[in-house]
Amino acid sequence: MLKILKYSFYDLMRSRWSYVYFAFYLILGIVLLFLNTDLSKAVITLMNVIIVLVPLIGTIFGVMYYYNSKEFTELLLAQPLNRSSIFLGQYLGVALSLSMSLILGLGLPFVFYGLFKSNAIWDFSLLLITGTFLTLIFTALAFNIALSNENKIKGFGYAILLWLFLAVIYDGLFLMSLVLFEDYPLDKLSLFGTMLNPIDLSRTLILLKLDISALLGYTGAVFKKFFGTNFGLIVSIIMLSVWVILPVFRMLNKAKKKDF
Amino acid sequence: MKKIIISLIIIFYASVLNVKADTIEVCSTCNISKIKEAITISKDYDSILIKKGTYKEYNIIIDKPLTIIGVNYPIIDGENKGEIITIISDNVTIDGLFVINVGTSYTEDYAAIRVRKSKNFVIQNVVLEKLFFGIYLEKSRNGKVYHNKIIGNAVEEYNSGNGIQLWYSQNIEIEHNYIEHVRDGIYLEFSNNCLIKNNVSANNIRYGLHFMFSNDDIYQDNTFENNGAGVAVMFSKKITMLNNIFKENWGSASYGLLLKEINDAEIIGNIFEENTIGINIEGTNRINYKNNNFIRNGWAMKVRGACYANKFLSNNFLYNSFDISYNSKLNDNEFDNNYWSNYSGYDLDKDGIGDVPYRPVKLFSYIVNRTPETIILLRSLFIDIIDFSERVSPVFTPDNLLDNHPSIKKIEW
Repeated sequence: MLKILKYSFYDLMRSRWSYVYFAFYLILGIVLLFLNTDLSKAVITLMNVIIVLVPLIGTIFGVMYYYNSKEFTELLLAQPLNRSSIFLGQYLGVALSLSMSLILGLGLPFVFYGLFKSNAIWDFSLLLITGTFLTLIFTALAFNIALSNENKIKGFGYAILLWLFLAVIYDGLFLMSLVLFEDYPLDKLSLFGTMLNPIDLSRTLILLKLDISALLGYTGAVFKKFFGTNFGLIVSIIMLSVWVILPVFRMLNKAKKKDF
Repeated sequence: MKKIIISLIIIFYASVLNVKADTIEVCSTCNISKIKEAITISKDYDSILIKKGTYKEYNIIIDKPLTIIGVNYPIIDGENKGEIITIISDNVTIDGLFVINVGTSYTEDYAAIRVRKSKNFVIQNVVLEKLFFGIYLEKSRNGKVYHNKIIGNAVEEYNSGNGIQLWYSQNIEIEHNYIEHVRDGIYLEFSNNCLIKNNVSANNIRYGLHFMFSNDDIYQDNTFENNGAGVAVMFSKKITMLNNIFKENWGSASYGLLLKEINDAEIIGNIFEENTIGINIEGTNRINYKNNNFIRNGWAMKVRGACYANKFLSNNFLYNSFDISYNSKLNDNEFDNNYWSNYSGYDLDKDGIGDVPYRPVKLFSYIVNRTPETIILLRSLFIDIIDFSERVSPVFTPDNLLDNHPSIKKIEW
């Protein structure tokens, strides 16, 4: 598995897209930090970028990589190798190279800016951790979609739909249900609703760390009580891990049964 | 002319009396070791010098015009038994005392220093600690409260008192005081023509400064930091608010400035920074907001019902989560020539005024008003999309709520 991981990883490291992705974050980080004097403001803008772009790129890249390396995968399958190690290796290769672009691309400008002396370091680390989680989650989901669809166009379509659903439509439905049931106590429901969507969960985690919680009024108090404590943080991390583990398991299962 | 002659005569007599005034010293080793004793034997316009030491006294009643001066901050310890100093005479000066341990009562408002029905008093350089009420001015006029430091230890609203309280008092000047950890820093009830200047009021449980039924007052150059709400102005007329700083009044029910049922006020040159709600207004009429800075607040301004003829001109709205929340019609309120950091229009003719009007009310702020729980979707992509579509064609928000001449650059004054 490690060999395949290594191969995928180096393959991707050599590819143009990794550089573009890395350069994008690098430039974004530099622009935000050196044209903007306020560090916590920069973290908020970065959050907006991360919760939208990271899932999108994770899905698209995952699907693309799978379809592109399909022939190579088939070649590997002919070898006496464990199927799960092939797919796990490929998946981790993609996910880790994307995460690395993200962490290095955003991390470098922040380090040069003097992050270690600033008290925004925790907000920033949280940002990178959630970004990494989102990459892992959405790449896994992308592999699932690609494995289930032989047709490339269909696969891309589903991948974009998935992103659209979790990033936009879910929030719309969530908002509608909150407005619809406004006569009922909603804090439990909204807590539950946020937990179910990894993008919402990441957003809420970062927002609460940025102390926007006071804006949230009574609901904020409930949320702060949950997410602000170690318990809430652990539950959120577990939830995000579940979001990684479940798609990976389904991917491995699917790969085992699939007839290539 | 007659008045001038009379006042000249008064001044003359006063100076004559002053010449005759004695100085009485109080210290633990002096002939007189009690403050009460000194007051009893003193004559009008005497001075009482209190030397350094601890005086365990309470219910000290000053019933003649005296000047009481503490040397090196003598401590007057009320031992939590009740009120400490009560002034019931005109022309009293209190200077440089350290008063601690005022009794707490649920039936009486014990104060460290109370002024009752007196004129021309001066209270300065006093330090008050462990207090219930600090300085309580009751039906008094023409007084000065300067350079005092009031540090309470209030935890709950129901069993704590206010730092400086004015009740039916007129023409009082309150300057350069530092007040923290009490219920209301400064509280004015039925008090008119007062000037509140250069004070710092911080970490109070309820309000930094609180007006009730008080008219024609001015407060300027004060700092209100980290209070339940910075300043509350209620049921008052003609209050002038100049160059104050409202900072970090942050919490689920906190405001920088709370205006309720007030008319004809001027709010000019203030800074509202990092408050949950910068200004909350309800039932206010004919108020001019000019040259204020709203920086990084949750809501810069929350406008609730029944507000008419308010003018918001030339203010800076910088990086607030929401600029304005509005839950009624525009009425005849006016927004013009403000700078909005969220403005995304252009200025083709380069006259410094954006060519496209700015809509300060977002759809999301309207939704949050209706269902507060939805705020959990703050900064979600979906919210940005619906905000954008609402901005293009307003359906829910008042469509005439516009700044027709948004400034392109931050307004300087």
